[in-house]
Amino acid sequence: MNGKHIVTVYLKELKDSLRDRRTLISMIVIPTLIIPLLIFGVTTVMTRVMKQAHDEATSVIVINGAGSPAMVAALKADKKFRVIAPTDDYKQLISDKKVRVAVEIPKDFEASLKSGEHAVVTIYHYEGELKSGMGAGELERFFRAWRDKTVASRLTGRGLPASLVDPFDVKRENVAPPEKVGGNAFGGFIPYIIIILCFTGAMYPAMDLTAGEKERGTMETLLCSPVSRINIVIGKFLMVLTASVTTIFLAMLSMAASAAIGIMSLGGSARQLAAGAKAAGNTIPTIDPLGLLGVVAMVAPVAVLFAAVLLAISLFAKSYKEAQSYVSPLIIVIIMPAMLATLPGIELNARLALVPILNLSLVCKEMLSGVWHWNLIMLIFGSSCFYAGVALAFCVRMFNREDVMFRV
Amino acid sequence: MIEASHLTKIFKDKKRGEIRAVDDVSFTCRPGQIYGLLGANGAGKTTTLRLLATLLRPTSGFATVCGHDVATAANEVRANAGFLAASTALYGRLTAREMITYFGRLNSLNDSEIKARLRHLADELDMHEFLDRRCDKFSTGMKQKTSIARTLIHDPAVMIFDEPTLGLDVMTARSIVQFVRECRNRGKTVIYSTHVMSEVEKLCDVIGIIHGGRLVAEGTRPVLQERFGEKDMEEIFVKAAGGEAALVAALNR
Repeated sequence: MNGKHIVTVYLKELKDSLRDRRTLISMIVIPTLIIPLLIFGVTTVMTRVMKQAHDEATSVIVINGAGSPAMVAALKADKKFRVIAPTDDYKQLISDKKVRVAVEIPKDFEASLKSGEHAVVTIYHYEGELKSGMGAGELERFFRAWRDKTVASRLTGRGLPASLVDPFDVKRENVAPPEKVGGNAFGGFIPYIIIILCFTGAMYPAMDLTAGEKERGTMETLLCSPVSRINIVIGKFLMVLTASVTTIFLAMLSMAASAAIGIMSLGGSARQLAAGAKAAGNTIPTIDPLGLLGVVAMVAPVAVLFAAVLLAISLFAKSYKEAQSYVSPLIIVIIMPAMLATLPGIELNARLALVPILNLSLVCKEMLSGVWHWNLIMLIFGSSCFYAGVALAFCVRMFNREDVMFRV
Repeated sequence: MIEASHLTKIFKDKKRGEIRAVDDVSFTCRPGQIYGLLGANGAGKTTTLRLLATLLRPTSGFATVCGHDVATAANEVRANAGFLAASTALYGRLTAREMITYFGRLNSLNDSEIKARLRHLADELDMHEFLDRRCDKFSTGMKQKTSIARTLIHDPAVMIFDEPTLGLDVMTARSIVQFVRECRNRGKTVIYSTHVMSEVEKLCDVIGIIHGGRLVAEGTRPVLQERFGEKDMEEIFVKAAGGEAALVAALNR
């Protein structure tokens, strides 16, 4: 190995890549602008849509309401509901999303309640439809309150206290510190985003530096120089790694900045929110900085693994387009184990510690929630380094294969 | 000096089986001489030159460039040779100066050496005007001049040209031919592959006719004329290849 040659190749690739629009977009524009915009944009839209759906009065059809004027009047008086004239095709109207829900009550509901008979109220809704589901929830709340009122009046009628059917209260108290709450809440999401960014950041330079060079005819020019292939590989590999690490770094920086700006722009309301949450006994989740540092350390060998694998696979392609068709499906291969780790019940153990990507997601989740299993951390770091080393060796081997370099 | 002895390169193809792209080829190319490798498309010219430039490894036989074995001392061979082919392109996003400087550094020259050599080459090839412009904006002539400067930055003793005029306009092709001649006049060892008969006639001191991977005839122009009883280079080439039918069969293979 010749350090001077490696640096020469690396610096040239860096300069070349910084002048490539595609690499710049994937390395700088996407992590700094698109991802925060996407995350905050989607969150804002989702919150707005949910709020709108929540605030909007639920359209409801009451079947057999004529026999229960008091209950229908109470329903009409409730601002949460908009009572629609009953029709026979109420199921169709719900399916067509013209009405959110319908409720069927017995014909003589109020009379049977007075006589102490047991009655059944049926709520018709459209499973999986957000607004219909919310409407059904609101109706349940209304009828629960109506039932409680009925119970209370029956108890009073018999001279019994209301506490007879409500002998005790259940209360929840959180013992987890804020950073652990944050770790549990974001622990699955943060490594997931980092893994994807680490991969996409490396993707375009890896293709450009190998298949792209082959396509443009510069690979042969480079191979004519008196530089050992290993130096060329390491120089190119370092560039791909730089792109990958820069993407992660910029994304994290940008997300942190966006979060800070978001909190600052909320100003007083954010403070009120925090105070309100504290008063209510809830904790505002935060991220443990030590956990984040741990995540960065664990991502490093995986970034090496991605850079080497992407470089080797792209090298096999004759053109940029061919490389894209090899590399793009790999995103699914990366996403699946990363997603698996976000599922509840999948816990880190020695066997899973050897599964690449899944092990990283799991250990990051633990580190962010303040759990440090040092034996497993060492095992994961070691195995990740081993995989990265194998991938890099494979990459060098591919560069030395003339059937790969001069594939016709 | 280039020496090739029983040089053979076999490719394995899943559909076509074993392909002997270069088959037992031996020749010597001396300093101050242009050795022309003449052959039809697919005859084995590019593979032979890629073997000499150490881009490919020989299956058997051996070759030396400036005394260095292409199989065991590839880096030394490349340090002593300049390879220019239609397939050796420029980095479009770099300027001509950056491109040439990069290859100077890869050839282990220091910055002051590169600067001096670059000035000399830019003078010689009249490149000053576009030296700091990006290569992807160049005309074919500018590209070719930059490629030549890239090949010559380390002042190699051996020059390997693989169909360097392929697809070029007349004026650019003429300047390349002139440049190859100058390389010979400076005492460099030059090997030049082409399928253009006129270039062979104009340039080459020794001609090797390659067909089906084998060197079927070799000698100076008068020697070949005498051997095949023909004056015209094209007729000599067709006869050496075994007639028109053999050439057509080889092209269809």
